[in-house]
Amino acid sequence: MKILVCISNVPDTTTKIKFLNNNTTFDSAGVQWIINPWDELALTRAIELKEAHAGAIENITVVNIGPPTTEPTIRKALAIGADNAIRINLDPKDAYSVALQLSEIIKKDSFDIILCGIESSDYNGTSVGGMLSELLDYPSVSAVSFIDIDGDQLKLKREIDGGQEIIGISTPFIGIVQKGIAKDARIPNMRGIMMAKTKPLQVVEPVSTDLYTDFVSFDYPKAKAACKKVDPENVKELVNLLHNEAKVI
Amino acid sequence: MNFEFSEEQKMIQQAAKDFAERELLHDVIERDEKAIFPTEGIKKLVELGFLGMMTDPKWGGGGMDTVSYVLAMEEISKVDSSVAVVMSVCNSLVIWGLETYGNDAQKEKYLRPLATGQKIGAFLLSEPEAGSDATSQRTIAEDKGDHYLINGTKNWITNANSASTYIVIAQTYPDKKHKGINAIIVDKNTPGITLGPHEKKMGMRSSDTHSVMFNDVKVPKENRIGEDGFGFTFAMKTLDGGRIGIASQALGIASGAFERAVKYSKERKAFGTEISNHQAIAFKLADMAVKIENGRNLCLKAAWLKDQHLPYGFASAMAKQYCADMAMEVTTEAVQVHGGYGYVAEYHVERLMREAKLTQIYEGTSEVQKIVISRTILKD
Repeated sequence: MKILVCISNVPDTTTKIKFLNNNTTFDSAGVQWIINPWDELALTRAIELKEAHAGAIENITVVNIGPPTTEPTIRKALAIGADNAIRINLDPKDAYSVALQLSEIIKKDSFDIILCGIESSDYNGTSVGGMLSELLDYPSVSAVSFIDIDGDQLKLKREIDGGQEIIGISTPFIGIVQKGIAKDARIPNMRGIMMAKTKPLQVVEPVSTDLYTDFVSFDYPKAKAACKKVDPENVKELVNLLHNEAKVI
Repeated sequence: MNFEFSEEQKMIQQAAKDFAERELLHDVIERDEKAIFPTEGIKKLVELGFLGMMTDPKWGGGGMDTVSYVLAMEEISKVDSSVAVVMSVCNSLVIWGLETYGNDAQKEKYLRPLATGQKIGAFLLSEPEAGSDATSQRTIAEDKGDHYLINGTKNWITNANSASTYIVIAQTYPDKKHKGINAIIVDKNTPGITLGPHEKKMGMRSSDTHSVMFNDVKVPKENRIGEDGFGFTFAMKTLDGGRIGIASQALGIASGAFERAVKYSKERKAFGTEISNHQAIAFKLADMAVKIENGRNLCLKAAWLKDQHLPYGFASAMAKQYCADMAMEVTTEAVQVHGGYGYVAEYHVERLMREAKLTQIYEGTSEVQKIVISRTILKD
């Protein structure tokens, strides 16, 4: 079986977000870029599967859509343990264009398991996995928190209200994974970092697509209001503020 | 001139940071308090390949450069110097010495398990009466034809208990003084070796430090590194590189304390504003930042020289002396920025201050570094 893990290049989660040009451009100066945490966990689980089922998993490929500046992030995925990588040379604009580009790659090669994070920590779109499923006419399972090989099938678990759902699925399929799929993202070891330099990274030009969304501008979240302190003895005032000012009770 | 790190170097730096924060930070205070050896942390350190990171891959190492090693040492030392010192002793002293001066049979038998982290090493130079004056070795390696018979005591030995492989510096020809010294590889489980109790130290309390006693310890002649009488040169050359490791450790201790001081100064309020807005604190932070940057540049310069196969003993002595003294100053100021909170374990900086003190003492005191530096300056 061959696994494809779709990875996004996102700002480190501690980045202070700033915009330029009348809030139309993200200020990337000084930003440290990382693999989207959900995608990194998906990759970690893919590697765990390959280690546990050496004969069954033939190869792990990572794919990213981005300009050449995303290559350090792709190399990190190779250092962690992916066997090879594909970069689609496009600055992605929306979830649909990402899903369409990915679908073209998947059509060209026969991947059995396609994993993508449930969301990305930058735009939080939560759309690519579902769109990809539709474009390829592959089954997909969302919110996957466990995956393992079970005979000829894959066994998946997904979080549902009040418990878990256990699903058996045949390949090919798209697993849209959430945290829990692997305990921790894997730290690359020295050997992996060394080998990452020589693993294949194929650059593919994008297919042309129509854009169905029109980006206007960014906006900052509302600034947090100042903290109000209430005397511990003054419960009446606390209830009053929660009811009339915060309007939460 | 280029101050930019390569992608691999940045990746190693980040890997070391992630390792330290994920695997070491959660119990570092408890391990320090109870002097517990970081067994789990070292296991992970081995898995990640940090123990033999600079060794040639043909011997099982990572093949990384010294600059990468400095970056990794700094990140790990920000969090836990007891782990960093294991990494430094293994990489800089034991492994480097064996790889550079050992023969192929010694490398196959001893270097490979060390470079792959299957075994830990220790470097036995200091004695009760031979610290800074390393020429006065009283441990004797008597030449018995096909073997050496070692007798004597070594002091302050890092990894003494956890190591399987010792490199012992001992005197074979006392009349030849330092030219009669040999460096000999000794398996720790050889009969006649006993360990003193775990030293109760001021800092780096979870690293295992013991004295080691040798009583008629029989070691095959083939375990001698280099020519007969090469031991003192071996020790000095090895310590030249060791200083880069300890300098980087001191740098990490300083930058770890500094980062905590900056964070705290932005959170703690006094007189109606964050204390970072008070010039008394802001100027302290500025002074700390400049010193750390100087120290980092000295470490990286020494590492770069080593990577270029250029002489680096002078640069490594400067880096070690400056970074150790600087770490003491910076950590003291970091405690001061924290006020009363800095004096309690929970805020880490008091531990970092205790750790900094050792960097001024081991692998050549700051005064010994000044001897190296001044002699080099005044040589001609």
